Amino acid sequence: MSVASDTIALGATGGGGDTLVRIDGLTVHFPITSGVIVQRKVGAVRAVDGLSFDVMRGETLGLVGESGCGKSTTGRSILQLEKLTAGHVLYEGADLARLHGGALRRQRRRMQMIFQDPYASLNSRMSLGHIVGEPLLVHNLRPRDEREDRVKELLNLVGINPNTINRYPHEFSGGQRQRIGIARALAVEPNFIVCDEPISALDVSIRAQIINLLQDLQRRLGLTYLFIAHDLSVVRHISDRVAVMYLGRIVELAVNRELYGEPLHPYTQALLSAVPIPDPVVEERRRPVVLAGDVPSPASPPPGCHFHTRCPAAKDGLCNVDDPVLREIRPGHFAACHLVSATDYPRIRSAEDRAAAAGTAAAGPADKAGDAA
Amino acid sequence: MSLNGDSLLNVTDLAVTFDSQEGAVHAVDGVSFAIEEGETVGLVGESGCGKSISALAILGLVRMMNNSTVTGSVEFMGRDLLALPEHEVRSVRGRDMAMIFQDPVTSLNPVLSIERQVTEGIESHLGLSHSDAVKRSIELLETVGIPKAAERLHDYPHQFSGGMRQRVMIAIALSCNPKLLLADEPTTALDVTIQAQILRLMKQLSADYGAAIMLITHDLGVVAGMTERILVMYAGRIVESATAKELFGHPHHPYTVGLLRSVPRLDEPRKMTLQSIEGLPPDLAHLPRGCAFAQRCVLRSEQCRLERPELLPTTPGRLSACFHSDQLVETAVASR
Amino acid sequence: MSPNLPPDDFVPGIDPVERETTPVLEPEFEVALDGEGAHGVDTAERADELAWSEISGAEAYGDWLPEAEIIETRGTWTEVWRRFRKDKFAVVGLVAIAVLIIVAVGAPWIAPHSPLTQYDSGLSAQGQPMAPNSHFWLGTDLLGRDLLSRLIYGARVSLVIGILANGFALLLGVIFGIVAGFFRGWLETLIMRATDVMLAFPILLLAIALSSSISKPGIWVLVVVIGIVYWAPMTRVIHGEVLSIREKEFVTAARLTGCTNRRILTSHILPHLVAPIIVYTSLGIATTVLLEASLSFIGLGVQPPTPSWGQMISDGQQYYTSAPWLTLFPGLCIMITVLAFNLVGDGLRDAFDPQQRQR
Repeated sequence: MSVASDTIALGATGGGGDTLVRIDGLTVHFPITSGVIVQRKVGAVRAVDGLSFDVMRGETLGLVGESGCGKSTTGRSILQLEKLTAGHVLYEGADLARLHGGALRRQRRRMQMIFQDPYASLNSRMSLGHIVGEPLLVHNLRPRDEREDRVKELLNLVGINPNTINRYPHEFSGGQRQRIGIARALAVEPNFIVCDEPISALDVSIRAQIINLLQDLQRRLGLTYLFIAHDLSVVRHISDRVAVMYLGRIVELAVNRELYGEPLHPYTQALLSAVPIPDPVVEERRRPVVLAGDVPSPASPPPGCHFHTRCPAAKDGLCNVDDPVLREIRPGHFAACHLVSATDYPRIRSAEDRAAAAGTAAAGPADKAGDAA
Repeated sequence: MSLNGDSLLNVTDLAVTFDSQEGAVHAVDGVSFAIEEGETVGLVGESGCGKSISALAILGLVRMMNNSTVTGSVEFMGRDLLALPEHEVRSVRGRDMAMIFQDPVTSLNPVLSIERQVTEGIESHLGLSHSDAVKRSIELLETVGIPKAAERLHDYPHQFSGGMRQRVMIAIALSCNPKLLLADEPTTALDVTIQAQILRLMKQLSADYGAAIMLITHDLGVVAGMTERILVMYAGRIVESATAKELFGHPHHPYTVGLLRSVPRLDEPRKMTLQSIEGLPPDLAHLPRGCAFAQRCVLRSEQCRLERPELLPTTPGRLSACFHSDQLVETAVASR
Repeated sequence: MSPNLPPDDFVPGIDPVERETTPVLEPEFEVALDGEGAHGVDTAERADELAWSEISGAEAYGDWLPEAEIIETRGTWTEVWRRFRKDKFAVVGLVAIAVLIIVAVGAPWIAPHSPLTQYDSGLSAQGQPMAPNSHFWLGTDLLGRDLLSRLIYGARVSLVIGILANGFALLLGVIFGIVAGFFRGWLETLIMRATDVMLAFPILLLAIALSSSISKPGIWVLVVVIGIVYWAPMTRVIHGEVLSIREKEFVTAARLTGCTNRRILTSHILPHLVAPIIVYTSLGIATTVLLEASLSFIGLGVQPPTPSWGQMISDGQQYYTSAPWLTLFPGLCIMITVLAFNLVGDGLRDAFDPQQRQR
């Protein structure tokens, strides 16, 4: 069951800003076919299973989750790179799925993407000038004699020496290539940029440079980001609000400080406690929650709450039967869990904490992995 | 760096050079360290710093690569592995010294059953019969937390998830009771919650089996929770060596300082910007004359451009390869 | 169902309560001598949002990064050539092809005699072909014609047909391959199944069947026949390449930029097809030369008196023991030509190999 709303309230705003992109009931299922001559659909990979959220103008909305949660698919389908099985994506009120051909191409100017792999996302046979200049060409943004200057401006903006305009991508490092990709994205003067794991493929010492660049560009140019990543520390640094995804659904969505300060959903709590902190003194004191088992396959998600198979607080008869709905628990803080209410929420404790509470020794054999696929 | 002969592993001046079209690539450029029995040591650095190649060189797997030259000595349990012929090294490899690789997808043979892969080492190193080896394999798989181990023994790698495959790798590595476990980015390809499982498992098993671990990674958080001592590598050389608490609390090398500052932390207030290390990692085929980190370093001086700093003691038990490490020692710059 | 809006007091980007300013590395340290590069971005000054049109180069992000030493700009083609040169066999093949082309083009000037003239002095007293001698360097054939000159002119035939036929097959293969690989759907199924059917036939038999059904064989017929017979392997190769290129992220990025299909095909996909096309062309010419020789051998190819190596072998078969030069030399020519193109093709494939590209 998805959480799509039947009515779309256009123009509804909260305080502070207005909605730039509204995602409503976004569903992307990839069919699994079998058969030799004729392909029959035998199932579906439910990559994205009914997402609804707004991206406010000027904000950075972080989208986190582990592999298979559907965050990349979400980003791509918002930009119409994947076909939606159901749901709507409204950019400034306009339904993107209804646009085709020329109208869609024109709308492409408003939104762009920064890709994960700096090596694959640049055409190795095109020079820098060509790569960054192509968007100008496609949308006729500058007359021919001004294009080169504009490309140089853009390269300068991202920290690449403009005199390298005739060089090829293979002459640059990963971090530099990522900058070139950012320059390309900026060439069309977008308002909304989906950053799909922009730093995971980069060296640690380069990541901070790119994060700083993205933040700086946002401040200067008034950009709105959907920042998709699995590194929770980085997402916390850069985002204003954060949505946590699990197996195609949003399980929690809140303002940064609240999500990281007081996570309500059991999965968020476990996720945050599993993130290693670069400080041995702190790590010694921590008691991470270690979840049992592996992530179920998106082709056959568990009934009811997708997380119940690994959830320490799951209640039989409730969590494995009914789908939890993403509800507003506190102002602006949403969670999809039967056990979370405004006054109470399940506090997930690690095995050590529980054992300590029960008065038994915490040490035991290696944690059982649970039933895994 | 302990120089007494009792260390489990004593690496001295290890250097690995590859011939390429660009000239000689000094992947590892004179690395020396020691690991004691039961110790967990972290080898930290970014891609291209030489940490993985160091591990492969210790295992004797680099000399089989084309165009490679390995010099130096690797004394393991008293014997220099680099001086031994291959068949003798083979008896050590997989038995007393084992390795866990990064990518569980490619490091298990997809066409062999798990049974084959786990019993292989046991049979050849410990000389057990096949049925005994199978019994031991089942025990091992249970120890690493694979449910229904006896049935799953006949499965193939693709039937396991990433985390499960890594557990199988750990089982294979532990099958002959190694004294030293080399783990090369064992959890980088795994999700954060699975990573927590695997790291906890490794810690547990290292204590149970008394194995020393050399944990190679670029992830500062992982190394903070797992290791007692840390070596930081840059451009093929070790630039700092200290206990984990000392290193994170009070780094003595500007690269370490830069790394620690550039990584955001969950337990601290958010910052306006991250302190980044400017510039790019060096090209190993064209290393500069002086310190390899100089062009990116805020403390650089003329001396750094001309001379290469040696790895020298700063305070008792700690080493740093920097001409200006005294500044870092004195002013007690916290990593925050 | 409420859309998931932030709380009323939410303002993106500004969170002074929570954020603290990071102290820059204390000035007690000796800072770098020259002010190269930026120490991270100093965003204590928060610029007002600038409209897009106001951005100019002067307000750039900061000094651009000092780049790692870039040795010199090397275009991809130079690198390919450099790698190709290292392969001795490939270079030898290239030289052989060059010689072949020179010989073929300069035939009228190089050939010592006319290839068609039947010389009286070319036959022995008994009317047998002459062995290599000072007048006819490689001997003569059954009709007293100079073998060397015929071989030289035969080079023309082989090369022209080989290249043209291959070109035709290539054209068909590229068109079908691109259509199938890029547009997919039922077109792809149709084309690829047709390709599978074509590949099931042995090409030589098919060529024989086709040529023999044509009453007036000649060079152009030959080109068309070979082209028809040979398009299938090329289609399969190109289809595979297009499929893999299509999935690459830079193609997705181009789509996202708003590129039309046409632009994606011309700017993004075709340039990546150049390398496989070149490789498979040289390998293909080897095959087509051999095909032509085979057809001519059977008599379905180039008609006499135009010399063709295959035909010359056929003519000389009966005299295999008494006049071995009649079959030996044309055979050698075919072998050298095919070998040369194969070597060059392999060399090109290795030279283009992306595995060897750094980074």
